[in-house]
Amino acid sequence: MFRFIIKRLLLAIPTLFAVLTIIFLLMRVVPGDPAYAVLGDYASEEAVTALREQMGIDKPIWRQYLTYMGGILRGDLGDSLITRQPAWDQIRTVLPYSLQLTGAAILIALSLGIPFGVITAVKRNTGIDYVVRIVSLAGLSAPAFYIGLLLMYLLSAKAGWFPAISTAGFDDIGKNLHALVLPAITLGLVETAYVTRMTRSVMLNVLSDDYVRTARAKGLRNRTVLMRHALRPGVVPIVALVGIFTIGLIGGSVLTEEVFARPGLGKLMVGATTRRDYTLLQAIMVVYALIIVVVNIVVDIIYTWIDPRVQR
Amino acid sequence: MAATTAPNTPASSIQYVSQRKRAWRTFSRNRSALVGLVLVILLVLIAIFAPLIAPYNPLSQSTINRLQGPSSEHWLGRDPYGRDVFSRIIYGTRVALQVGILSVLLGGILGTSIGVIAAYFGGKIEALLMRLVDVLLSFPDLITGLLVMAVLGSGMEKLIIAIALTITPRFARIAHGPTLGLKEKEFVEAARALGQRNPVILVRHILPNIGGELVVLASLWTASAIRLEASLSFIGLGVPPPTATWGQMIREGTVYLSSLPLLSLAPGVALLITVFAFNLVGDGLRDVLDPRSR
Repeated sequence: MFRFIIKRLLLAIPTLFAVLTIIFLLMRVVPGDPAYAVLGDYASEEAVTALREQMGIDKPIWRQYLTYMGGILRGDLGDSLITRQPAWDQIRTVLPYSLQLTGAAILIALSLGIPFGVITAVKRNTGIDYVVRIVSLAGLSAPAFYIGLLLMYLLSAKAGWFPAISTAGFDDIGKNLHALVLPAITLGLVETAYVTRMTRSVMLNVLSDDYVRTARAKGLRNRTVLMRHALRPGVVPIVALVGIFTIGLIGGSVLTEEVFARPGLGKLMVGATTRRDYTLLQAIMVVYALIIVVVNIVVDIIYTWIDPRVQR
Repeated sequence: MAATTAPNTPASSIQYVSQRKRAWRTFSRNRSALVGLVLVILLVLIAIFAPLIAPYNPLSQSTINRLQGPSSEHWLGRDPYGRDVFSRIIYGTRVALQVGILSVLLGGILGTSIGVIAAYFGGKIEALLMRLVDVLLSFPDLITGLLVMAVLGSGMEKLIIAIALTITPRFARIAHGPTLGLKEKEFVEAARALGQRNPVILVRHILPNIGGELVVLASLWTASAIRLEASLSFIGLGVPPPTATWGQMIREGTVYLSSLPLLSLAPGVALLITVFAFNLVGDGLRDVLDPRSR
């Protein structure tokens, strides 16, 4: 197990390297001069030269690459082009909001999705199965921002139960959690649809296995068969998928944060994109890349830990 | 005479027709898939005949009549520029389907080529290409789309390229696996022994055998592509205004959510129906190919 973890960590290095290089190259193929993009077409010659120097884009590309990689290794993600503050400072301020939202959404998705998935698999091809399947497909079809808007309309504009804007900070935890409800449900529901569908297909596979039939034939009660024999092996792929959801949640959280004007990595990224703050955008991408690589490693490790056969 | 013609008919063509028939029977027995198919056809017709269906020009503004609720003339009301919301939703179908279908076509062709070529030739090319595919796959679509739009700037063609890039690695992955098995099969070896060139083998012998899975993927990813288009438009990185797109209409309407909810909720329904329809078709097609997954 220990050797596997080491091997997995070593394997992640070239991947991370590749991702960071791709981000670097992508940020360098911006058509035209990024300095002009930031300052506008009518900027003075001196201002553009000064900004190019500050951005470091007056140097040859390999020097820029070394500076960029060296910076990441030292934990320096560069300064924002607009605010001139270290990009990491801005990221650090919003990161807790993103983590809180993602965590709450995963909790909702698992606690709803797994039971729904099991029920539909057991009651296969009945009314319940049909309804849940259609609803979850509809859930997959709805973009997070639309679910968010519907909830905002019903529970905030109409009923007035929750605030429509989710900016409450962490100093007042009650207010903060109250503001978290709508965004968390929004993001959670989208993921519930995934978890439900995944659990259903996993359970369908497990339920047709021989040992489940044997357990039934022994005369065990339905519930025992389900909890003891079917659900346990079924949990393996589901747990592994939580990792994939976490990554999928990043996309959904961008939209959710945008709808509820909630601070977070996604909102910061959209802001950086529309304001053409390329260094901040690059820094956020690096953070995302790190999160994605770490989540993948953790999932692989959990997967191997639950089911040692995967290790090979 | 009839008895002698029968053996001359190539056996493969008989089986091919019956397979297709069987596939259609499985598909058409799936009621939700049929509903999806009918909806998709309807949506395509709406997109084609938008000028005939829409009662007003989707771009003609009237600032005196801005922000009106539903009426008998304007079924879904008028937006902040006084434009007819219903007509804009009808025209929005064009952008959604155009972007959805073209980006899947582009990404599908690109991805399939990458996957098939990587598997067929193997070696360093395969290692490099598939590594790249894995890296691309690890990023959420929205992030990739957002990044590419940030780099390319806004516009319909750029949006199609951005979404196609999120789809490319999925097709590459799906095309790669089966090709690995197929290239070892006897009929491919036979074709090679007969002196057929590699491109011919790829197109004539490999592609038809993975076509089914690619079609399922295409319909499911059209759904995702349309959703992604709306998401990027919602953020403000889609087709630039004044072109009517659902995502942008939803965004513009959010400000008036409590007074005129239809402004953003109505285009959302159109979006939901469209994505749902393509998902239903994709699900139905998957059941045809893999009956166990039902």
